[in-house]
Amino acid sequence: MSARDNHGTAPPWGDEFQVIGKRHRKVDGLAKATGQAVYTDDIALPGMLHAKTLRSPHAHARILSIDTTRAEALPGVHAVITGASMPIKYGVIPWTPDENALATDRVRFIGDEVAAVAAVDEDTANAAIELIDVEYEPLYSYTDPNESLERHDPAIHEGNKHGNVSKHVELEFGDVEGALDGADVVVENDFFFHGSTHTAIEPHCAVAQWSQDTSAEGLLTVWSSTQISHYVHRALARVLELPETRIRVIQPNLGGAFGGKSDPFSLEFCVAKLSMLTGRPVKMLWTREEIFYAHRGRHPMHMHYRSGATSDGKLVGSDAKILIDGGSYSSFGLVTTYYSGQLLTGPVDIPNYRFNSTRVFTNKPPCGPKRGHGSVQPRFAFEIQLDELACALDIDPIDFRRKNWQGEHTKTVNGQRITSNGFMTCLDEAERESQWKERRGKLADGRGLGVAGSMYISGTNYPIYPNDMPQAGIQIKVDRSGLVTIFTGGNDIGQGSNSVVAYLVAEELGVEVADVRVVAADTDLCPVDLGAYSSRVTFMVGNAAIDAARKLRKQVVESVAKHWEIAEAGIRMGGGVVLDLADAERTMGVREAFQLAEADHDTLGSTGSYNTPELGGDYRGGTIGASPAYSFTAHVAEVTVDRETGRITCDEVWVAHDCGRALNPMLVAGQMEGSVYMGVAEALLEEHDVNRFGLHSGPSLLDYRIPTTLDTPKINSLIVESVDPEGPYGAKEAGEGPLHSVIPAISNAVYDAVGIRLRHLPFTPAKVLRALAELESDQTVEQS
Amino acid sequence: MLRLPKFEVEKPTTVDETVALLSEKTGDVMIIAGGTDLMPNMKHELFTPKKLVSLAGVSALFGIREEAGALVIGAMTPLDQVANHPLVAERAPALAQAAGLVAGPQLRRMGTLGGNVMLDTRCQWYNQTYFWRKSLGFCLKKDGSACHVIEGGSKCVAAASNDTAPALMSLDAKLTFANADGQRELLLDDLWKSDGIFNKKVPPSDLLTEIRLPQREVKHLGAYGKLRDRGSIDFPLFGVAVRIDIDANDVVVDAEAVSVALQARPTRIRKFGESLVGTTLGSPEFEKGVQAAASLGHKQCRPMPNVPGDHEYRHAMVPVYLKRTILAAAAGAGPVHAV
Repeated sequence: MSARDNHGTAPPWGDEFQVIGKRHRKVDGLAKATGQAVYTDDIALPGMLHAKTLRSPHAHARILSIDTTRAEALPGVHAVITGASMPIKYGVIPWTPDENALATDRVRFIGDEVAAVAAVDEDTANAAIELIDVEYEPLYSYTDPNESLERHDPAIHEGNKHGNVSKHVELEFGDVEGALDGADVVVENDFFFHGSTHTAIEPHCAVAQWSQDTSAEGLLTVWSSTQISHYVHRALARVLELPETRIRVIQPNLGGAFGGKSDPFSLEFCVAKLSMLTGRPVKMLWTREEIFYAHRGRHPMHMHYRSGATSDGKLVGSDAKILIDGGSYSSFGLVTTYYSGQLLTGPVDIPNYRFNSTRVFTNKPPCGPKRGHGSVQPRFAFEIQLDELACALDIDPIDFRRKNWQGEHTKTVNGQRITSNGFMTCLDEAERESQWKERRGKLADGRGLGVAGSMYISGTNYPIYPNDMPQAGIQIKVDRSGLVTIFTGGNDIGQGSNSVVAYLVAEELGVEVADVRVVAADTDLCPVDLGAYSSRVTFMVGNAAIDAARKLRKQVVESVAKHWEIAEAGIRMGGGVVLDLADAERTMGVREAFQLAEADHDTLGSTGSYNTPELGGDYRGGTIGASPAYSFTAHVAEVTVDRETGRITCDEVWVAHDCGRALNPMLVAGQMEGSVYMGVAEALLEEHDVNRFGLHSGPSLLDYRIPTTLDTPKINSLIVESVDPEGPYGAKEAGEGPLHSVIPAISNAVYDAVGIRLRHLPFTPAKVLRALAELESDQTVEQS
Repeated sequence: MLRLPKFEVEKPTTVDETVALLSEKTGDVMIIAGGTDLMPNMKHELFTPKKLVSLAGVSALFGIREEAGALVIGAMTPLDQVANHPLVAERAPALAQAAGLVAGPQLRRMGTLGGNVMLDTRCQWYNQTYFWRKSLGFCLKKDGSACHVIEGGSKCVAAASNDTAPALMSLDAKLTFANADGQRELLLDDLWKSDGIFNKKVPPSDLLTEIRLPQREVKHLGAYGKLRDRGSIDFPLFGVAVRIDIDANDVVVDAEAVSVALQARPTRIRKFGESLVGTTLGSPEFEKGVQAAASLGHKQCRPMPNVPGDHEYRHAMVPVYLKRTILAAAAGAGPVHAV
């Protein structure tokens, strides 16, 4: 890490922040609320064609032939493409390119893309899809991941040297067997975390325009609802065999992503290819059903955990064996497999730790990253085991976590550097606000309180494809008008990253937020950023923004000091005004200051960037999950269990989250509430699965149950600010961490309420009734 | 977004005009009331009518009124009006509660009582897109010959899923239909047949104009219970309406329960009243009667895997919801549902 990446945590002007730490609207909030914001599907270009996708009706089949003649003959059809049109494979992880824009020789799940049509309108494209004749030879299909582990013929990906195994990771730190042998209490259980998907309200959409106006070689512009324009840019270049300089990727306003828009998707390649073939702009908008097939959601994990502690309440070790159901393609699966083990080693210290994770392919919609990628599932199992150990040792579960806190400015057992760590304050806040001490164990029958904790990354130093260039870049333009324009490659997916860079730059340059404009996620205009994933944007793009703004600030201050003939230290900027600290009468507007600087330094602009320090353990995979800073969370959940119906109601959640510094507390609280909502949904309602025919069990927002407002608990967001030494003004992530531990907190609360341990998600009323019946029969046996 | 198939819309303003339009070409013409069920079904290509006859402009079909002691509700009256009308709350509490639990607030403003009564049966293997159904293999109810609920089954068991139907049946509702030959009245019980493909004896070309709840000689209590996963939106996984007639001393003189979301038609629980009649509300005998009635329901109601969810769990919930709904009715409370 160079000096440019570390900007200190203090306010840039005086002792107090002027913008940071205060509640502000998002810079695009009003435009979105009033319907003015332009999303990808709002784009309509002259002569634009509409495209549709033909999908596989088979879970696993070889394609024997595709005949597009009848479709091409339909009036209004402009082009039909198949896998043969784009045979080059891609994958978001460069080591596992196993996807095609359209299937070349086989299909791997019901809904896999086979062909695409561009026509004058959607209805004609849909009619043409029905006229494509495909001959399939059905193959044996896999729905049970255990079977994929054992059986490799037929292989879902021919040529994969590990059969149907997608990735296997085994790592041990310390001596787990020895530690567990010496433990006074050991708990050992099977856990299951089910699949769930993102359900962003905006469907995936892409528009492409192939134009030869600007150069003889042609220029491809793709507007896409992606959360990682940079990887889309690279993937388009690879598959379409175009130089990157001939491709421009723009991400318009985006209606939610949650990880579900991280991969390059079939529709981006198809609209590009169809536009190149027809010379007309082409749009493809997926239906909700198609989004369920595209999926890339939470991986189902079958987990076996063994953890032990000594009688004085110290955790001595934990051992995990995990089978990960990856679905049909690799996606981010390599990272998922590492994350399933690597991200568990805080905030509770695990002195001896081992994990053995295997991801397998099945003939189901492909899994990928969903909010809390790869670590929500193991966190669920582990935090229940901590509760069981605490109960076995008769220690309050909050105290048990306190006793085993890893501390700050330390290292985890797997070699990850921990800087700031506000977990103890998180526990204190959640304990106090939920009245844990006063109420736990004293609530009426059927009601209970549960606690759990977690940590998450603020980006990682693993840049997906190896390179030494910055992970985040920013450019700033300032001119005589007084306007500040920030160019960022970062993707604002609704989380408010454009707003965050505006606040940071406004703070540094002493201008009003309203005088800052953000141009984002346009590969022609903006410097490269690796995109909105792994909770990296505030930390990395934020640091890059401070870096760039500070360089400009220096030039402006220099010019004002020269003009007023005073020392630079005597100047303060804020709220659009420049002040002479020694002379209250002397002020000027920033516009004038910018003009002085423009006269002195010529046209004003600066760049800034961020790269991570050297991080991670010194072993293969040791950098995956290594983050410059970790966020910490504690949840207390209150539940009511209806013993007759088995229904769990999550009444209230207290979420305490250490985000380093809350740059805008309103946005932080929004992320915390959204995370709790999503976690409660996964615990109690959502289930993304295929039925006995290998077909998605209900690909609609009616059958896929996400909570309504009536099903959402009261959420209390408790912001904890540990102020990280390396975060932008001390900030860390807030978008994913606050999801993790609400799920085990609910399970632990159910135990407190009615004495059953729920280890298999989702917690349906039927499972609750079965567990209650088992508990009753166990008690009857004990009594007799 | 799924596309709607192409269709024309007719907008008659009178019942006569409407029935004339409906008699044109059966099969190609369909009625659209609120459209909250028809539109998604058309997007799923379950129905592809060439023409829709909209009832939105037929003013005679709207409104709630008393007529010679009966409560008469126009078929086009929106569900939220039914749910919130003081006359309905007073005279038919189970109906008010059931109407208030259909779908969600926006859909209840569009959806109508007549539309809910005439709702198409539902099945997890049927209410899906064309692509999904085709990938699965088309079923008995639409385009195919297989049943995915009961393997080898030759009779469609798609479920009646209309919350208001059992409430109306518990109140002995009568329906008025109009067609080119005139009007006729039918007891709601006589509307149904046990065929999931089309569960009504009246042809789709007949127009439901109004729903009539006859005056009741005896004071009654009523409630509706609905099992569903969420606090709103979802169709019933099981629904039950209860009516308890009482005399001046709170002694039960008659009782009825009608279930829905089990099979192709809403069904009365047979001999339901026997265990309650003669007991005084709130007495130990009444409580015992409630248990007996709940057990009776458990025996008679046999959920199948036709609607989403665990059908064994649905079965386990039959006595629980039945019991809670009876108790809610007795207490002048309800509805019984999660949240």
